Amino acid sequence: MLLLVFLSGGLFLGWSLGANDAANVFGAAVGSRMIRFATAALICSVCVVLGAVIGGAGTTETLGDLGAVNALGGAFMVALAAAATVFGMTRMSLPVSTSQAIVGAIIGWNFFSGSPTDVSALVKIVTTWVACPLLAALFAMLLHTILAAVFRRHPLHLLWEDVCLRWALILAGAFGAYSLGANNIANVMGVFVPVSPFSDLDVGGLFVIDGTRQLFLIGGLAIAVGVFTYSRRVMETVGGNLMRLDAPMALVVVLSQALVLFLFSSQDLNAWLVSHRLPPIPLVPVSSSQAVVGAVLGLGLLKGGRGIKFRVLGEIAAGWVTTPVVACGITFVALFFLQNVFAIEVMR
Amino acid sequence: MNILFRQTRELTIQIDAFLDTVSEGALVFEKGVDDYLAGNEARFEERYADIKALENKADDLRRSIESHLYRHSLIPESRGDVLGLLENMDNVIDTAKNTLSLILVERPETIPELNGDWQELAGTAARTAETVVVAARAFFRDPLQVNENLHKVYFHEKEGDRIAMDLKRKVFATDLDLARKMHLRHFIVNIDKVSDVAENVADRLSIYAIKRTI
Repeated sequence: MLLLVFLSGGLFLGWSLGANDAANVFGAAVGSRMIRFATAALICSVCVVLGAVIGGAGTTETLGDLGAVNALGGAFMVALAAAATVFGMTRMSLPVSTSQAIVGAIIGWNFFSGSPTDVSALVKIVTTWVACPLLAALFAMLLHTILAAVFRRHPLHLLWEDVCLRWALILAGAFGAYSLGANNIANVMGVFVPVSPFSDLDVGGLFVIDGTRQLFLIGGLAIAVGVFTYSRRVMETVGGNLMRLDAPMALVVVLSQALVLFLFSSQDLNAWLVSHRLPPIPLVPVSSSQAVVGAVLGLGLLKGGRGIKFRVLGEIAAGWVTTPVVACGITFVALFFLQNVFAIEVMR
Repeated sequence: MNILFRQTRELTIQIDAFLDTVSEGALVFEKGVDDYLAGNEARFEERYADIKALENKADDLRRSIESHLYRHSLIPESRGDVLGLLENMDNVIDTAKNTLSLILVERPETIPELNGDWQELAGTAARTAETVVVAARAFFRDPLQVNENLHKVYFHEKEGDRIAMDLKRKVFATDLDLARKMHLRHFIVNIDKVSDVAENVADRLSIYAIKRTI
């Protein structure tokens, strides 16, 4: 029971991630009524859990490099402070990202515990945040150009085009959900990994689930609960906004965002790059919302740059600084209270 | 998903059948006017029965397509455009049928010397309608081809207006009494209206085609 209380910070973060970020992968399809919400939520939940369990280790390692929270109480407060930051800033309508909040919270724990912050890991993470929307914009431009050329060369009957786009949106959404799970599970459960209370679990002699994956499974399920309980409204509103782009463009946006998240979380791709003497890609949790904004801006640039709201770019850049700073401050103060008022061990 | 494939296949067939019906209606309309001018009463009445049947068939197909699109949530984004297109396209065959029904009821006394002009007017109206059907087919199958057909629609429509104007002038230059002149003008306007309605469809199509092009 106490374990569940400690994990609740991460579970809350997972729930809010599911509630908000599922719209980035299935909002376009649901908002345009191309796919029913129930279908989207089911596919999204299954793929998020799969992504978290199968591919979540890479980004978790990077967060671990930044700071390894070594007490369950500390991990609880780091996750809760990040969740509170996300919740509070969302309420104030400020652009916020779970990835940036958790990084700030970990640094807050580092300050409180006197642990050193790995500057090279921090630089790697911040560089990735900047690269994320830029890369998404680049992917969107590339994918849109390819898609337009394919449609020009092989025009389809309007009705069959609709069928193809429906399937493509489902597949891109599934891929996006998998990438979201793989990339963002570190935000939800990463801080609990060094203090994981779970031991290996033998499933009927078929396979063994290690403690980290059990944590990821629980985090993935929390995201799934967020998807089912709260994402509908977000999908219908955010998705509605997105769909002003039209279905092929929405497909490009979802796919670009999924590719960016996949790129920054795939250990296999990284290993392949290294084996071919190519520079490795940092495995860092990034913001799916910022990837979406980047992709939409990329499409805007492709259409001649008219109507691009450059204020949005400024807001994103401001978020790279304000979110971690706020999360860091909240964590520091909250850890002080948890340790000195409630006498709970927050570091070793 | 099998249901989705089956529905899509059926709907594709229905849309093609609808466009075929409108196109056939245009041909029957032209032949109907020819038969009336030639004084072939029995054949004219057959033509009227044919266009009436085609118009009913087009209505049924349109309703069936509309209900399919809504019941199975197909093409949610372009549904409004497709329904608008079908309804306007339906107006083309409605106008053609109404014109033949007016001729059937009012029996205008034409001037044999001007029969060639009447035939040219009806033929141009039919060409406009047929070309807009080709453009509509392109909208569904290859949106980049829409514009190539639309300029032909606009050409035929302008040609129809010119022929109608010439014919009106010729009618009013005769010694017929004013009531008969006005009666004939009423038919010139109605035949030319088929081209005008087809032009309305073309205007819509030009916008829909831009929206559909990626």
